[in-house]
Amino acid sequence: MLKINNLHAKVEGNEILHGINLEINPGEIHAIMGPNGSGKSTLASVLAGKNEYEVTEGSVTFEGKNIFEMEPEIRSREGIFLAFQYPIEIPGVSNANFLRTAVNEHRKHKGMEPMEAGDFLKLMRERAKLVKIDPKFFSRAVNEGFSGGEKKRNEIFQMAMLEPKLSILDETDSGLDIDALRIVSDGVNALRNENNSFLVITHYQRLLNYIVPDFVHVLYNGQIVKSGTKDLALELEERGYDWIKEEFKTI
Amino acid sequence: MTENDKIIDNLTQGEYKYGFTTNIEQEFSPLGLNEDVIRFISEKKNEPQFMLDFRLKAYRYWLKMKEPAWQKVHYPPIDYQNIYYYAAPKNKSKPKSLEEIDPEIRETYKKLGIPLEEQKLLAGIAVDAIMDSVSVATTFKEKLNEVGIIFCPISEAIIDYPELVEKYLGSVVPYTDNYFAALNSAVFSDGSFVYIPKGVRSPMELSTYFRINASQTGQFERTLIVAEEGAYVSYLEGCTAPMRDENQLHAAIVELYAHKDASIKYSTVQNWYPGDKQGKGGIYNFVTKRGLCEGENSKISWTQVETGSAITWKYPSCILKGKNSVGEFYSVAMTNNYQQADTGTKMTHIGEGTRSRIVSKGISAGKSDNSYRGLVRINKKAENSRNYTQCDSLLIGSECGAHTFPYIEVENNTAVVEHEATTSKISDDSIFYLNQRGISTEDAVGMIVNGYAREVIMQLPMEFAVEAQKLLAISLEGSVG
Ligand SMILES: Nc1ncnc2c1ncn2[C@@H]1O[C@H](COP(=O)(O)OP(=O)(O)O)[C@@H](O)[C@H]1O
Ligand SMILES: [Mg+2]
Repeated sequence: MLKINNLHAKVEGNEILHGINLEINPGEIHAIMGPNGSGKSTLASVLAGKNEYEVTEGSVTFEGKNIFEMEPEIRSREGIFLAFQYPIEIPGVSNANFLRTAVNEHRKHKGMEPMEAGDFLKLMRERAKLVKIDPKFFSRAVNEGFSGGEKKRNEIFQMAMLEPKLSILDETDSGLDIDALRIVSDGVNALRNENNSFLVITHYQRLLNYIVPDFVHVLYNGQIVKSGTKDLALELEERGYDWIKEEFKTI
Repeated sequence: MTENDKIIDNLTQGEYKYGFTTNIEQEFSPLGLNEDVIRFISEKKNEPQFMLDFRLKAYRYWLKMKEPAWQKVHYPPIDYQNIYYYAAPKNKSKPKSLEEIDPEIRETYKKLGIPLEEQKLLAGIAVDAIMDSVSVATTFKEKLNEVGIIFCPISEAIIDYPELVEKYLGSVVPYTDNYFAALNSAVFSDGSFVYIPKGVRSPMELSTYFRINASQTGQFERTLIVAEEGAYVSYLEGCTAPMRDENQLHAAIVELYAHKDASIKYSTVQNWYPGDKQGKGGIYNFVTKRGLCEGENSKISWTQVETGSAITWKYPSCILKGKNSVGEFYSVAMTNNYQQADTGTKMTHIGEGTRSRIVSKGISAGKSDNSYRGLVRINKKAENSRNYTQCDSLLIGSECGAHTFPYIEVENNTAVVEHEATTSKISDDSIFYLNQRGISTEDAVGMIVNGYAREVIMQLPMEFAVEAQKLLAISLEGSVG
């Protein structure tokens, strides 16, 4: 589904990603862990197409298509979803209006008719349940005045509405208490199937008790320095990141 | 230039879709302005003597005045002798019913989305359609008459209800008020007249649609709305004009008069031709709008969505004379390319317990310049009066300007005056967030702008709110891409 090959990327003149290789197949959950500043969010932003990040080398294909030839909105419509580490507030634009526009853009891309308002509301109610979002949030402005946890839940709600093929969750667990963490994980697990994939970026192992990954990668200094199974996450939890830093300080 | 600046640049280059002209035979006054032209206009309209006297007094006063220069807009001097002050679709005799209207004119309004056949109109909205200097159709007249409401072209009101017109015309905006008010008083040719009798709530929205068609003409319309005790009316005006290289002058006056317990809601969606991307052509929109809350507990509310005109210069204002009267001003003013807007309001608190609320949302894109200018004045006797002002500016791109000039004059220390102001930009992060959900940058900017303007848009009657939202998005086209 996603093939990242020797990806190098710069921001403001500094190279942050120094040759990433990663392949994700349908149905797989990959976790990326690593200390702060190692380039996890940069990788997510490059995949989603944020334009201040410049790709200098390497390739990324999504379902065989070169993603660098697609605008960010096209990547979204093709099925790449990013749950932001810091979701943005859009004052005056209701969640419902925003989501309806987004969903209908996705439908248009697939050659489908826009959704009837009534059907759309039904869908929203159904998906909101997955992440225990109160329908009164529908008419509130996107993320405006939301608590940190509400914003993160809202990201997963949007994901549930858009049904992406590849979901990248950038530290969706940070700032969540244990109940919220459960809600978010239950949401992800409910949406999981053999056709869609997840790239779960996290700083802590804790999330991976709920969303069990098939593979765990350690990103350090812009490179994937270690890959393994979920046991690697447990090892990191136990030993911290210092031994990784020690082992790979030359890069 | 960052990628988003480029996109923004593109979005602000939307095309004006009302820029066509109608080929109809027109009748003009002689070019330029003098007493004979004024007599010509008055005669054309079969006006009673008092009107001619009013016009001539205004004209003679105007001659002694100087064009104002304090506003933050720039334009070459206007040659007042190179304008036609009267242009009217030629019609052998006045159409007696809507069916008799010239098919070309009917077609024009259809293109503008305003069918003149009553059965096709949005139910619940009566329209007075004005092309250049004259009213071409007023719909739902009979239905309104049943409840005693007068809604007709002001030229007709002058003949049919002279005592009402004589009593109220110039009572809120005297011809001595300002340069363009004097000019308008001298040469105005049509506009709408609304009279709501005591205790009557208008059963439908009333609206006027202004259309400039003829070239080299000025449009000087005059609207007068009187609400008697306990009356209520919601009134809406919309405007468009053809695309022309020349600048055309539009100098209107709107007067609102609210008696005790009366309430007038006046909404404007202004979309005059703004000129091309290089700033050539477009309407000069120099308008005086004022409402008098004469009676106790009366209320006047202005809502405006201004997206058009090369230059907009207007300050819909309220004089809060009646005890506990209320004035409101909700405004979205959007400028793009080389447009200039200097707009705001004046709230004059005279009576005790008077309240006013100002919500102004400026949006500037392209190389445009957008100023809010407001005056809140609390007179000595205005005990316990209150004002709340919120004044926001949104910048799109980096070549536009936004300015605020809030003036506050308080002579009574029991008054409470609050002022809040913000300036913001559409951030790349917001656009990217929406992009990531599948929304194109152009739509994202439209969405963000509409969200920003929401508080004002919500004040508009439903159908027009939808219209205004589309208009905001269209006017932004080309500012992002
Ligand atoms: N927009 C940016 N401008 C400048 N530097 C950036 C930007 N984004 C990320 N960086 C830098 O790139 C490095 C990696 O950051 P990031 O990808 O956010 O790490 P992580 O998500 O792993 O904590 C950091 O040194 C950070 O300062
Ligand atoms: Mg990060």
